[in-house]
Amino acid sequence: MAAPESEEILLEGNELEVLFNRTGLMVNPEMSAEMIQAAKNIEPSPGDIMELAAERADYISEGIPIGSYPPIIDGEDAAESEKLAVLLDKLGERLAFERQGTRLYQTFIQKLEAMPADDENAPSADELRHICDEELEHFRLLQRAITDLGGDATAMTPSADVAGVISHGVLQVACDPRTTIAQTLQAALTAELADNDGWQMLQQLAAELGHADLEKQCEKAFEQEQEHLQNVRSWLANMTLGEALALEGLEDDEGASNDKDEEDKPRRSQAKRSSRSKASSRRKKRK
Amino acid sequence: MSLELLKEKGVALDKQTFNWRDMVRVPTSKLDDDALTRVRIILMNGIESEALRFQHACARVNKDLQLALARVRRVEQHQQTMVNWLLPADLSPLETTIGFEQVAIEVTASVAQHEPDPYLAQVYRFGLLEDFDHMHRFSALMDRVVGGDANNILQSYTDILPGRPTSVEHRAPEDDLRECYDRSKAAPISKLNACTIMAGEHQTHDYYMTIGPMFADPIARQLYAEIASIEEQHVTQYESIIDPEETWLEKWLLHEAGEIYNYYSCLTYETNPRIKSIWQRFLDYELGHLHFVLEVFRKFEKRDPAELLPESLPEPIEYRSHRQFVREVLNKEVDLRARGTQFISKDEEEADSPSQRYRSQLNSDGSPSETIAAGYRWKPGTELAEETPDIQKLQRKVA
Repeated sequence: MAAPESEEILLEGNELEVLFNRTGLMVNPEMSAEMIQAAKNIEPSPGDIMELAAERADYISEGIPIGSYPPIIDGEDAAESEKLAVLLDKLGERLAFERQGTRLYQTFIQKLEAMPADDENAPSADELRHICDEELEHFRLLQRAITDLGGDATAMTPSADVAGVISHGVLQVACDPRTTIAQTLQAALTAELADNDGWQMLQQLAAELGHADLEKQCEKAFEQEQEHLQNVRSWLANMTLGEALALEGLEDDEGASNDKDEEDKPRRSQAKRSSRSKASSRRKKRK
Repeated sequence: MSLELLKEKGVALDKQTFNWRDMVRVPTSKLDDDALTRVRIILMNGIESEALRFQHACARVNKDLQLALARVRRVEQHQQTMVNWLLPADLSPLETTIGFEQVAIEVTASVAQHEPDPYLAQVYRFGLLEDFDHMHRFSALMDRVVGGDANNILQSYTDILPGRPTSVEHRAPEDDLRECYDRSKAAPISKLNACTIMAGEHQTHDYYMTIGPMFADPIARQLYAEIASIEEQHVTQYESIIDPEETWLEKWLLHEAGEIYNYYSCLTYETNPRIKSIWQRFLDYELGHLHFVLEVFRKFEKRDPAELLPESLPEPIEYRSHRQFVREVLNKEVDLRARGTQFISKDEEEADSPSQRYRSQLNSDGSPSETIAAGYRWKPGTELAEETPDIQKLQRKVA
């Protein structure tokens, strides 16, 4: 027999077997009971979890940093330079974040356009485009601000590096073609929460260090970011609530089952429904 | 000052010890360390990885050598760990990839310039232009998917420009094999060069095969699949230039000499004292391995191994930017293709040649390397940046 050429054929033919979450104990209760019993029968390994702390402390005490502040092009006196380096580090962090945010929303828009949500609670592509444009605007604002302060806007500052590590997962979720609009919104929410605090801190820092123009620019960006956060939060909340209520409606339509055996089985209904809607949207797209 | 292989005994094998804390040190800094320090770390991981790979293959067909191989290999494995663990956790797999391609470009460029055999030098230049193109494609991936600038890793040592397009690098296996050097006539440096570049390419292939599935983006996954396939071709090419008539022990000896040569090159150029001390220690360890293998060689082959080795090491690999050389090669040889073991111009490659047919099939549903870099040109700060910094103006300010 020839192997199926299309992944879709394989998926649709065995939908119930393929789209079934197998991660919990109750999928294989007998085998799980055996495992639990075996683990209970042994003594824990000697020592305790605090040994990890001592090992980590050993490395921490070497005091080698993740990286240094980039040099400042317009040299000032040492004390001023130190303060400026802190500001430039945080500006560099926001710059990297906004640049990545632009790519995040571009990916999100592409996903939304390829897989229409069929959900009135979901954002529209235009609404996401508005956020994306503002992320790009903020990135460019930061480029100019860093250059004007005598920094090198192309350098990766230590805070930018750390922010990149933190946001790695956010981008992975957005880029994954298998994640839903709601799951991508969850990733965007994490980014927006961090971004809001980031701009607020920048505004305060600029004010403290006497950079009035920068403070104003940060204030404006912060206001725009607050709007992003509010929108993302509300889309996500409404989509999640909408999904739950829609499922409740379906349960009512189908009628409650009185069969005790059926109740004891792990429920496949949700996987079945989401796979149906996904397969349907894939078919629509290919047509 | 060069190093005399037969006189320097290094550290005896049984004195080469480690513990976990010693092996797993605080890593280098992605931001503060020189890009060429990272290049050396990546290459030396590949050199040690090849040492293990070769020694395992050798053990599978040489029962009498198994214990000797196992003893040396255990140390090599711990050396590889110490070297590879110098890469920091904040260096993402994609950033590490940029580092891998920088190794392939700068180290191959140095080797190509120091290779005395004109045919082998041509082979290196041919491969170099392909890795050079990979840099362009991966930089586009970093820019367009992650929002990052590959030059944060390259530190301006290496150009980001298109080379021989990755989409045309796909060749039928018969067009990836090359002529080999003659073990009895080739210069020692030719043997060391071949082993070095083969090792680098092999680890690159293995690395891409490991990390490719870690990317969520489908274009990234496709790009790693495509470029890993080219790296497999490169391994095929570079292992074919090594004389298969060399005996197993001859090859083992040359591997050890190659490791010495590479640690010696690293030591010559290293700027970070913490890392330099590791290169010195492992140079001494490798000298110990060489002298251990010399004894094994004498015992089994009943001949003088000195005839296989240079008295002193050749000039070290040059860890610097080879920009001008690479640009010249790009200018003159980007349109070369391969037919059998020979290089031809792209006009000579016939439409129904095995490589053309193979390539058409692979690219029949699109080319990931073309897709990711469609309309792409590297720019400082990514293509989203509003303007390119005026370097002259900045330089005046610094001055």
